[in-house]
Amino acid sequence: MWNYTDKLMDHFKNPRNVGVLEEPDGVGEVGSLACGDALRLMFKLDAEGRIADVKFQTFGCASAIASSSALTEMIKGKTLEEAQQITNRDIAEFLGGLPDQKMHCSVMGRDALLAAIDNYRKGTPPDEKVDSDIVCQCFGVTRLEIERAIEENNLETVAEVTNYTKAGGGCGGCVDDIQAILDEVKAARPAPEPEKTPPRRRLTTLQKIKLIEETIEREIRPALQKDGGDVELIDIEGNRVVVSLRGTCSTCLVSQVTLKKLVEAKLREFVSDELRVEQADGEEEVA
Amino acid sequence: MNVYLDNNATTMVAPEVFAAMQPFFGEFYGNPSSMHRFGGQVGRHVDRARQQVADLLGAEPDEIIFTAGGSEGDNLAIKGALEAMKSGRRHIITTRVEHPAVRVTCRWLRDHGFRLTEIPVDREGTLDMERLEEALTPDTALVSVMWANNETGVVFPIEHIARLAKARGIVVHTDAVQAAGKLPIDLKQVPVDLLTISGHKLHAPKGVGALYVRRGTRITPQIHGGHQEGGKRAGTENVPGIVGLGRAAELAAETMAEENDRVRALRDRLEQGLLQNCAGAQVNGRNRLPNTLNISFEFIEGESILLMLDEVGVAASSGSACSSGSLEPSHVLRAMGVPFTLAHGSVRFSLSRYNTEQEIDHVIEHMPGIVTRLREISPFVGGAAAWAGKSTCNV
Repeated sequence: MWNYTDKLMDHFKNPRNVGVLEEPDGVGEVGSLACGDALRLMFKLDAEGRIADVKFQTFGCASAIASSSALTEMIKGKTLEEAQQITNRDIAEFLGGLPDQKMHCSVMGRDALLAAIDNYRKGTPPDEKVDSDIVCQCFGVTRLEIERAIEENNLETVAEVTNYTKAGGGCGGCVDDIQAILDEVKAARPAPEPEKTPPRRRLTTLQKIKLIEETIEREIRPALQKDGGDVELIDIEGNRVVVSLRGTCSTCLVSQVTLKKLVEAKLREFVSDELRVEQADGEEEVA
Repeated sequence: MNVYLDNNATTMVAPEVFAAMQPFFGEFYGNPSSMHRFGGQVGRHVDRARQQVADLLGAEPDEIIFTAGGSEGDNLAIKGALEAMKSGRRHIITTRVEHPAVRVTCRWLRDHGFRLTEIPVDREGTLDMERLEEALTPDTALVSVMWANNETGVVFPIEHIARLAKARGIVVHTDAVQAAGKLPIDLKQVPVDLLTISGHKLHAPKGVGALYVRRGTRITPQIHGGHQEGGKRAGTENVPGIVGLGRAAELAAETMAEENDRVRALRDRLEQGLLQNCAGAQVNGRNRLPNTLNISFEFIEGESILLMLDEVGVAASSGSACSSGSLEPSHVLRAMGVPFTLAHGSVRFSLSRYNTEQEIDHVIEHMPGIVTRLREISPFVGGAAAWAGKSTCNV
C-alpha cells in the first residue's frame, strides 16, 4: 500500500473545487483515459487578472486527484504570472510529499495549469502539447517535458525521469534516448566551480597522515557509504597506504576496481601522486 | 465491518492450521534429518504433511517436493525440467496471462537461448487452443499453462492440454497456485508432469509451497546443497510451514465440495448485486474459479476505488496501473483486449470460505456510492467523447 500523507488522503477523500465552470477563461487538459490518468483544469479571472475561480476534473489514482485538488487551492487568488511560478515540486510539498513513483501526478497538475494559461493567452487548444519531439511513444511524452522535469527536479537517472513523467515506463524502448537527454541537460548545466586544490608541497609524515585521513573522510567514505560500504585506514608506510574495505564493499566483486579507481585516485589527487593503495592482508583478494 | 475479499492475493491462516503448527515453534524443534528422537519425531510430521498434500492432488507422497512457495515451485519446475532434459529441444510454450513467476521465468529463458511462444486468450480470457496445438512442434521441450488465472479466475483446460503435449513427448507444467483447494485436482486423471502449489493461497502460512513432480520426470535442483527433498531441493525443511501446509491441504480436501458451492453462491450474489446497482460495470472472464470476480467500472480508476473501499473496511485488489506501482494496467486484462476505459477501473474480489452473506451485502451497499463519487470527479463522465484530449497512450 502506498505511504500517502494524511493531507493527501484528505484531498483525495474531500477534493476541493471539483467540477466545471461556465465560460471559463482558460482550460487545460492533460493525460488520457488510456494512460490511466487525466486532468481537466479551468479557471476564471477577476477584473484585476487574478484567478477568481478554478475547477478540476480528474480521472486517476488518489495522488492524481489530490494533486489536482491541491493545485486549485494553491492558485486561487493568484495572478497568472504568480501561478505560472508553481512547480510540480511545490504541489508535492503542499501535500506533504508524494511517493517517488507518483511524482508524475504532480507534474500532470503543473502541465494542466500551463496548458490552461496558454489556452487563455494564446487561444491554443486546451490539450495542445508544446511543439516538441515525442520521445516516449507509449505515454506520448515529449523531449521538452522530459527536459523540464530534469531541470526543475534535478533528476539524475532514467528511473527518476520515469517517476516524474512516465517516459520509459511502457515498453522501455526509449530508455537510451532518455539517458541521452539526461546527459545533455547535465552537460548544459553550469559547471560547478572547480575545487581549489592546495598547491603541492612536501609534506612531513605527520602532515601526510593527517591529509590522507581527511581525504578519506571527506572524499572517499561518503561515496562508499552511499552503496552500503565503508573504508578503514589500516597503515601508512612511506607511500604505501593500506586500507580495509567494509560492508558491501568487502565482498563486492568489483572491490579491487573500487580500490584502485576511487581510493587511489582520490588520495593521489588530494595528497600525493606517489601514493599506492593496497588492501589489508588476510582479506580475500578478488581478481 | 472489515471484509477481506483479496484471497487470491493471500488468505488467512486457518485456526486449525495455526494450531497444528504451534508445537513446531516450541517442543518440536528438531531437525528432521537428525539421528535422534528430536529429529525423528519431527520427521514423522513432515512425512505426514507430504501425504496430506499428495492426497489433495491425487498424487503419491514421493512426488511432492516442499518449497518456499509458488515462485520457487515455478522456477524449479521450469528451469529444473529444461536443465535435466537430454533431448536438446529448445522451445517453450506458455500463455500471455501467466503469473509473473512463470511469465518472467520463461522470458528469462528466451533471453538465454530458448524459443518462446506465448499463447493468446480471447476477450473472455479463454485460451486459444488452436494456436496452442499449432505451436506444439518436435522442438517443443516444455508447456507451462496455469490451471486457473489469479486475476480473472478463468480456468484453463489443463487435462486436454496435458494430453496433447504428452502425446508429443513434451513435459507439461501447470501453476495450480490458484486452483489448489478451490477445484478438485486428480493427477491420476490429468497427466501433467509438474504442478506448483503455494501454501498461503489455501489458508496455510506464507513461505511454504509444494511442487508435484510425477515419478519418472527428471528435474535438476535449483538450490544445491543438502540431500533434503530427495536431493531435489536443498535446505533444512521449514517444518512449521510444511506441517501447516499439510493440515491446510487436508482441510481443503474435506471442505472443498461443500464450501465451494457456498462460496460460489456468495460470489454470484456479489456479481449480480454490483451489476444491478452500478451502471457501466462489466465482468472480466468466463468459466471462472468459484471465488473470483473481476469487474470493471467505466471511467474511474482502480486505485481510487480500492482506497475508497478501504475506507469502508473492504479489501480487494485492482489491475489498474496505479495500484501496482507500474505504469501499465494488468497484462492479463490487456491480453484479453479489455479496453482502457475498463482496464484501469478493474477490481478483483476474491472470496474464501470465511466470507459471509452480511459481508457481501456490505460491499453491494457501498460500491454504488463509491462509483458515483469517483465518476463525479472524472472528466470522462458522459462518455470518453466529452474529452477533447488526444489518446496518445500506446501501452
